[in-house]
Amino acid sequence: MSEGIGAAVKRKEDKRFITGRGKYTDDIRMENQAYGAFVRSPHAHAEIRGIDATAALAMEGVIAVHTGPELKEDGIGDIITGWAIHSKDGNPMNVGAWNPMATARVRHVGEPVAIVIAESQALARLAAEAVEVDYEELPAVAAATRALEDGAPLLHDNVPGNLIFDWEIGDEAAADAGLAGAAHITELDIVNNRLAPNAIEPRSAIAVYNDIDDHYTLYTTSQNPHVARLVLSAFYNVAPEHKLRVIAPDVGGGFGSKIYIYPEEITCLWASMKTGRSVKWTSDRSEAFMTDAHARDHVTKARMGFDADGKIVGLKVNTVANIGAYASLFATATPTYLYGTLLSGQYDITNVYCDVKAVHTNTVPVDAYRGAGRPEATFVMERLMETAAREMGMDPAELRRRNFITEFPHQTPVIMTYDSGDFHALLEKGQAAADVAGFAARKAEAASRGKLRGIGYSCYIEACGIAPSKAVGSLGAGVGLWESAEVRVNPVGTIEILTGSHAHGQGHETTFAQVVSDRFGLPMDNITIVHGDTDKVQMGMGTYGSRSGAVGMNAIVKAMDKVEAKVKKIAAHTLEASEDDIVIEDGEVKVAGTDKKMAWHEVGLAAYTAHNLPDGMEPGLKEGAFYDPTNFTFPSGTYICEVEVDPETGVVEIVQFTAADDFGTVINPMIVEGQVHGGVTQGIGQALLENVVYDEDGQLITGSYMDYCMPRADDVPSYVLEHSTTVAPSNPLGVKGCGEAGAIGSPPAVINAITDAIGNNNLTMPATPQKVWAAIQEVGLPQAAE
Amino acid sequence: MYAVNYHKPASIEDAVAAIGGADEAKILAGGQTLLPTMKQHLAAPSDVIDIRGIGGMTDIAVRGDTVTIGAAATHAAVAGSNEVGSVCPALAALAAGIGDPAVRHMGTIGGSIANNDPAADYPAGLLALGATIVTNNREIAADEFFTGMFTTALEDGEIITAINVSAPGKAAYAKFRNPASRYAMVGVFVAKTGDGARVAVTGAGEDGVFRHDGLEQALGTNWSPDAVDAVAVSADGLMSDIHASADYRAHLIKVMAKRAVAAAG
Ligand SMILES: Cc1cc2nc3c(=O)[nH]c(=O)nc-3n(C[C@H](O)[C@H](O)[C@H](O)COP(=O)(O)OP(=O)(O)OC[C@H]3O[C@@H](n4cnc5c(N)ncnc54)[C@H](O)[C@@H]3O)c2cc1C
Repeated sequence: MSEGIGAAVKRKEDKRFITGRGKYTDDIRMENQAYGAFVRSPHAHAEIRGIDATAALAMEGVIAVHTGPELKEDGIGDIITGWAIHSKDGNPMNVGAWNPMATARVRHVGEPVAIVIAESQALARLAAEAVEVDYEELPAVAAATRALEDGAPLLHDNVPGNLIFDWEIGDEAAADAGLAGAAHITELDIVNNRLAPNAIEPRSAIAVYNDIDDHYTLYTTSQNPHVARLVLSAFYNVAPEHKLRVIAPDVGGGFGSKIYIYPEEITCLWASMKTGRSVKWTSDRSEAFMTDAHARDHVTKARMGFDADGKIVGLKVNTVANIGAYASLFATATPTYLYGTLLSGQYDITNVYCDVKAVHTNTVPVDAYRGAGRPEATFVMERLMETAAREMGMDPAELRRRNFITEFPHQTPVIMTYDSGDFHALLEKGQAAADVAGFAARKAEAASRGKLRGIGYSCYIEACGIAPSKAVGSLGAGVGLWESAEVRVNPVGTIEILTGSHAHGQGHETTFAQVVSDRFGLPMDNITIVHGDTDKVQMGMGTYGSRSGAVGMNAIVKAMDKVEAKVKKIAAHTLEASEDDIVIEDGEVKVAGTDKKMAWHEVGLAAYTAHNLPDGMEPGLKEGAFYDPTNFTFPSGTYICEVEVDPETGVVEIVQFTAADDFGTVINPMIVEGQVHGGVTQGIGQALLENVVYDEDGQLITGSYMDYCMPRADDVPSYVLEHSTTVAPSNPLGVKGCGEAGAIGSPPAVINAITDAIGNNNLTMPATPQKVWAAIQEVGLPQAAE
Repeated sequence: MYAVNYHKPASIEDAVAAIGGADEAKILAGGQTLLPTMKQHLAAPSDVIDIRGIGGMTDIAVRGDTVTIGAAATHAAVAGSNEVGSVCPALAALAAGIGDPAVRHMGTIGGSIANNDPAADYPAGLLALGATIVTNNREIAADEFFTGMFTTALEDGEIITAINVSAPGKAAYAKFRNPASRYAMVGVFVAKTGDGARVAVTGAGEDGVFRHDGLEQALGTNWSPDAVDAVAVSADGLMSDIHASADYRAHLIKVMAKRAVAAAG
């Protein structure tokens, strides 16, 4: 089967992307199109005393200037957060109100205050500069730990102490007891650095209001157009769902940042109605740094206790999570149910406790980004394990082995029921591929060149699919997290798959078609994937949390089950055979053990001509399904990083990076490799290069690529990739998901390797040359290099 | 970007006339610095005078031991020039390490030194090599040209036409790149010339590129990497930012100086 499951089929979509013929939101032009530009706060915290748009309105070609209070008066709702979290005292969380455009106060640099609509983009931007806003500056706070201090500036009247919630998971008394009896305790202070998502295509929106039908269309850079429509209708009151169409055409990367429905999109829709013009807005890179949801930003204290044999006897984690000025859509779920629930790692631990304080600060909202909560959890676990092994004088791989979970299903003390995995096999594969046995020789050779060589592990487990709906509902989710699909077999036998998943780089047009090709034995060329348009696709929850495979593809499988059943009925009727004897193979529908058969397209035609269908059967061959999984899926893996540090400068070179992953069934190994490459590279970016810096007053210091360092091709090695597969038992395809694993697993492996090389464990991310050099100065050069 | 008048004169005279006739003129070369600042509304000239069409502006020629580089020669042209390579390969190598290929094919030597970014590479090279900057009015020694961060000895409207560089005995440039921007976080250009060692440091000084006396003296007596060890490099007057403290920059100056001397041989 050259195009089915497991084949490294080239990506169908790449022809248009590589030749520059993708169609992104900003490529679309509407008749009657005007341009929006936002007036944004230069202050991190200020009262708005007044807005004077006279000069802007006087400019020729300026159509309108609108402000927050007008939008509110028209009934446009505040932006919501999608998960209701409760504090450990039982109280519901406190979140500050988020107006799409500020009404009275601004709380982060870049917050929109007004929109200018003009005949050209350049003019709109010039006019935005001419809008005069009278601010009264207020004291600001950017660091979450500082925002919790007495006397810190307060952001929202209804959020005392800036504390959104103080949440816990696990049993504190049990964790304390475990630690009290420990033979060894490893303690770490950990900062998980703040990141900016940096999708290559900045956000963009075109809002088209049609007053004849009182209907809105929004073209936008979304990972989940149906969710956008739902939220815009049900909460932001832009228009009821049947009068609002959301189209997410080609989208150039998201990494989570395009899940959310931002102020700009809402405002453009409303402004289109106000002005009677199509309103287009496209973010530039500077706006993206100031307004796209940031990521991570945790400060954590973690203690892990071990008995004399190296068995973990207790884990206690206290985390302060920066949520930013407002709580974005998944902001409250990310540092709780996507974080605390993974703090058992790959290990059999009875006593785990985690407390998370979520905090408002004068920074842009922080939300889910590739991995979302799971990279933070993995960093805590894997830094602790490596550190503990060093402290106890054990081989870090051996310490992990002694604690691995080996039987499934396994119930952790923090909600999750792991259903599959083989952690020993992954570690072995990783070690063999990384030639761990030869490390000592490589280290000695590096020392002869004056380089410090180090090795570090990370054995991660994560939860993907973000489902089932019932479970997430009980944890506070505002929506269900199923997926929907429709399989349309045309009268000529070709197939259209309508999916609620959304591709923005993942290659769904290829992998989804492979799954269908595999099932019916049809060439991929006969199958197209339709996504990203609420008028075409029945329903959907979109793409994030590595859920397109684990949930989206399985919805297609369910719909194919229904198609197959009907195909068999039609064939049995036509071929005068029993339904049970019908098999579908290589594009033919056959009676097993005979030469009686129909071509696939003949069945399609029969279904639509309906001249000779079984009595009572409806014509047509088109089936839909909703799939709601029974569990999360649990990808896992061992990552091994080897670095060489230049002791004179602190420069780190990643000389080898090995990833051994268990993603369950692999549909297209080439695409999976690409996902791992991208994920690991983002993880290396976090570990070595990327860092969002706000100064104490909440001014964004890293507002461009002059200061925010993205990984480049020459920052990363050629990766060594391995697989060791256990099939996911919770879904028919057996897939687990691979989109986030690389970003989840890699940062601790990198930091473990550097700290091994330099002999100082006191190192925070990003491990810039300056920090690594300072860490070397702190302890002096390790023996071997002197 | 605000609306702006664009001129592309074919001679220095026409360029001078265009500059004189404008409310606020800016010379435009590769545009790698000027255009981004105009897009961000940080600069708003009424007229831009593109000097790349002026005869001779992109020529590179050798006379005796001196190479003359036209002010509008791109970094890529300098990096690939046999003439520059024959007189001072270290300068060609410096040009090859600026920015990325797109920047190197647009950005020019004249634009780079007129801008005198404190993290730019060319200022270190030209200062260490004791180059001469030729303008439409006069010749300026590099020692007089670079007067501070983003400032030079150029008068308003004065046009750099060429740069003269004479062959050093030995020379090399060692650049420690800022991880994000890949400009120099510390760049040290060392040259062994007739009148001793010249060492210029870019990327580090609060006042832009500067010569380092201590290193020059040490290398003047003993041109070897080891000579650098004994030199004290002070952090006073060095920049501190999120990428590097003044202390770290001071340390890197020594490391880069050693590596440059080692590379120069
Ligand atoms: C992404 C990026 C990376 C970069 N990396 C580096 C790097 O690593 N190292 C480095 O050194 N530089 C770097 N640069 C800067 C680059 O080298 C530019 O070439 C330089 O900043 C300006 O040259 P230009 O020809 O583009 O000048 P322009 O932008 O056209 O002009 C710059 C200034 O010089 C003036 N000017 C230009 N030509 C003349 C002249 N002949 N006479 C008088 N005044 C003149 C202009 O009026 C303007 O004020 C980088 C730039 C970018 C965009």
